[in-house]
Amino acid sequence: MNLLDKKHRGFLKDPLMDNNPIATQVLGICSALAVTVQLQTAIVMSLAVTSVVAFSNVLISLVRNKVPSNIRIIVELAIIATLVILVDQVLKAFLYDISKQLSVFVGLIITNCIVLGRAEAFALQNKPWPSFLDGVGNGLGYSMILITVAFGRELLGSGSLFGFRVIPEAAYAAGYQNMGLMVLAPGAFILLGLIIWVQRTIIGTVSE
Amino acid sequence: MANKPRITKAYTLGFAAAVTIVCSVLLASASTLLKERQDRNIQLDIKYNILTVLDLTQTKDIEPEKVFTLFDDHVLSFVVDSDGNRVNNRKAEDIDPKAEPNLLPVFVRMDGDEAVAYCLPTQGKALWSTVKGYIALEKDLNTVKGITFYSHGETPGLGGEIEKEWFTDGFKGKTILNDTGEIVSVTIVKGKMRENEKDPQHKVDGISGATLTGNGLNAFIKTTLGKYEPYFKTVRGESS
Repeated sequence: MNLLDKKHRGFLKDPLMDNNPIATQVLGICSALAVTVQLQTAIVMSLAVTSVVAFSNVLISLVRNKVPSNIRIIVELAIIATLVILVDQVLKAFLYDISKQLSVFVGLIITNCIVLGRAEAFALQNKPWPSFLDGVGNGLGYSMILITVAFGRELLGSGSLFGFRVIPEAAYAAGYQNMGLMVLAPGAFILLGLIIWVQRTIIGTVSE
Repeated sequence: MANKPRITKAYTLGFAAAVTIVCSVLLASASTLLKERQDRNIQLDIKYNILTVLDLTQTKDIEPEKVFTLFDDHVLSFVVDSDGNRVNNRKAEDIDPKAEPNLLPVFVRMDGDEAVAYCLPTQGKALWSTVKGYIALEKDLNTVKGITFYSHGETPGLGGEIEKEWFTDGFKGKTILNDTGEIVSVTIVKGKMRENEKDPQHKVDGISGATLTGNGLNAFIKTTLGKYEPYFKTVRGESS
């Protein structure tokens, strides 16, 4: 069996565009608003979510034939919560400053609908390898939107990228001002709306 | 799913127990392994904040080792109680203000043998969250040297601005005692200070849209200063 044939590539690619968890399914919005003021936090959050979805998918897929269906959700949540706490602990040990900025939002990955959604919709019916690809794909789909939104918000809201000033002093001297709206939650909503507009124009209408 | 096991109550219980045990063992070992690094990060953060407010460092890019050596070389820390007496058997860094509200940590910036500034932890409820910070006083124990808020959950862009320099810089040079030597603390006003503001030496420009956050800060800064006042009295008594 080819591990990356057309069908398997589909698991990875589909959630990037046609079935993007944020733009198409509109899941995980809360954290997408909260951590996208800066690129740095958005990227760390993306990595955290991607690894949690990927590994929770694999683990749940491994036990899918053993789980008693009446405690299925509890088992899934236990696995997801364990992974999230692990990620949180690692961030606290190695990226303390960023983990402080992300504060509760790492812990809240547990309740991110993308993670439980993929576990229920995919990992319970599929083998570990496709589940892993599906997890990575959905994680990347989430990351893509998060990073795009963060890029716009940091650039327009603070005039910087990764904390480095990119709008020259001269522009400020000439009367340019940072856009305060972008630092607040509505800025994220507006950017997100624009992204969804562009994405749906490209893939065509979505049946709802 | 042909090979699905027959689900009995015992099987369900056993499965749940197994999942619980595996998860808890994993988490316990991760926590044990990483604890040392995490504690070091927390210490580093505390010490970095104290150094900043005592004006011993200006840059965020300071190396961790440098923070620890600067702190050890220039900062004397000890604990006093609410009557102003020294408590000898406790370390200032270990005090949990929630559990022991009557033990007060003091961090003193030393210049040789002379104390040049005092730093006190302060924390309390603002609008949404508990705000934690440090306030530093000059050696007259009246003039504010600096203030910093390192942990809060206030609205970004509104109350969250309390962590920004433009706001905290407003405290510098303000005084906490009135003419008769009583504590009046510093007060964040609603919005900007007016031109004919009464007692401008005790007032700080507020953040428009974050009056409630400011009120919270006013209350707990005053409480903190009041708690330390017995100790400050003994220090002022010695030097005059």
